[in-house]
Amino acid sequence: MAIPKILGIETEYGILVRGAGETNPIAASSTLINAYLSSLERGRGGHRTQRVGWDFEDESPGVDARGEALLLSLAPEVETHLVNAVLTNGARYYVDHAHPEFSCPETADPRTAVVYDRAGEEILVRSMAAATSMLPDGHEIVVYKNNSDGKGNSYGCHENYLLDRSVPFGRIVLFATLHLVTRQILTGSGKVGCEVPGVGSDEVPFQITQRADFFEEEVGLETTLKRPIINTRDEPHADAQKYRRLHVIAGDANMSETATFLKLGTTALILAMVEDDALGEPVGLARPVPAMHQVSRDLTLGRTLELDDGTTATALELQFRLLGRAEAYADRHGLDCLGSEEVGREVLASWRSVLEDLEQDPELTADRLDWVAKRRLVEGYRQRDGLDWTDPKLRALDLQYHDVRPRSSLARRVGLRRIVGDDEVEHATVEPPEDTRAYFRGRCLARFSEQVVAANWDSVVFDTGDATLQRVPMLEPGRGTRAHVGNLIDAADTAADLLEALGR
Amino acid sequence: MAERAQKKKPAPQRQEELVEEAPAASDAGDRIKADLDDLLDEIDEVLESNAEDFVKSYIQKGGQ
Repeated sequence: MAIPKILGIETEYGILVRGAGETNPIAASSTLINAYLSSLERGRGGHRTQRVGWDFEDESPGVDARGEALLLSLAPEVETHLVNAVLTNGARYYVDHAHPEFSCPETADPRTAVVYDRAGEEILVRSMAAATSMLPDGHEIVVYKNNSDGKGNSYGCHENYLLDRSVPFGRIVLFATLHLVTRQILTGSGKVGCEVPGVGSDEVPFQITQRADFFEEEVGLETTLKRPIINTRDEPHADAQKYRRLHVIAGDANMSETATFLKLGTTALILAMVEDDALGEPVGLARPVPAMHQVSRDLTLGRTLELDDGTTATALELQFRLLGRAEAYADRHGLDCLGSEEVGREVLASWRSVLEDLEQDPELTADRLDWVAKRRLVEGYRQRDGLDWTDPKLRALDLQYHDVRPRSSLARRVGLRRIVGDDEVEHATVEPPEDTRAYFRGRCLARFSEQVVAANWDSVVFDTGDATLQRVPMLEPGRGTRAHVGNLIDAADTAADLLEALGR
Repeated sequence: MAERAQKKKPAPQRQEELVEEAPAASDAGDRIKADLDDLLDEIDEVLESNAEDFVKSYIQKGGQ
């Protein structure tokens, strides 16, 4: 039986200091995050309530899921000296590779994950406001929720899924690759032009995804160069005997809530089906990397891909096949793996409706899919103003689609459907999800921040004044929920009380 | 925005079919076109004033 697909999403935002000429993006990112943390402290009467640092004890991004360290692979380095905070909603907010990164808390269903992804945007909005008030007149820090600067530099929006360690990694690779390549027609955020050297805008004026250009390998450990479709970083942040974490680096950051929901929901479901061996014959793509590029560039959705059994099919046809299997799986197994039957059914219904509309006329999905909404906008301008595809105005539209400032964001103006409410998002900027270990992390910070020395995904470290620090491990992502520990945390007056109640 | 507003601009071949089969559809086509025009006009108000400088200044360090 598939294990619950606890999941999370982490976004590196593009950052610009307007009005300041050339600036250091690491300093700007630090200013942005520090300004937000300071604004929280001021809101709480100046107490040092939020400056709980990240604990690097268990970080090992160089461990490879294939069980061997390849000599040519470059293990990512962990940057430990930059601003790195844990928030009361269970999120991690820090500077990563010269970008501000917001890592959502672990959630038990894809809909809640959308709420926290939006809460992350809201926190960035507040951070920009707080930071700009600290800068000289005329300077403004602005962040963009996209994945490329249009000049060959990319930064990621990664997804994470909890997997059963006992499932053979090769099966995961085959089916996850098939889905990651073909789901681009749902998850692409759209891009003007192409960043593969030598491919001009005459050949690729507009493509479906931001990220496809940057993928050069099928499977590998890297995340910053020669990016692989399947990233093998084996760092479960949980009991490594029982779990894997699939770290998906092949997706775009989405402005559309439906796109984020489908990206997470469909992928979680496919992975649950791999665990339950419900995907039938293991037929994969014959050439995944060229297929990834081809799907991203095929706005007609009509070009076929070669499969390794010698047949061919379009990305849309392959998505319909996966959906059909998923619907049959749901009827046999139920959808508790997606957090609840209700959310699981929403995933299936939304998936089907988007695929059917794409089949009939992609323009019908302009209220749900970013690439279609963006293309409509860019194409509208191009025709109205008689612009060439290389006109900077079209590139500017592309960038500004992802501007996170509400007054400037074009994505907020193109009529994208909402699937979560502003009240939920507001709540999620402060409160953690209740049904994962993020609840314990976030609530401990909210209640006992003076005694929490550090925290990370799988532990919280307390200093209760004793000779030694006390680390509370959280190796089970599904424990530490409100149902498990809510009463204990509420009843404890101090961190020492809580630790005693936990039997430590 | 109403869902109808999103159904703008059918693909060229469909437009022809629509014109042949249902003359009323050209009204719908005009309205959808008008909606897109309205959207573009609205966006003109907030668009980056100097697109070229903006695009040039948007340089990021590569990330993950």
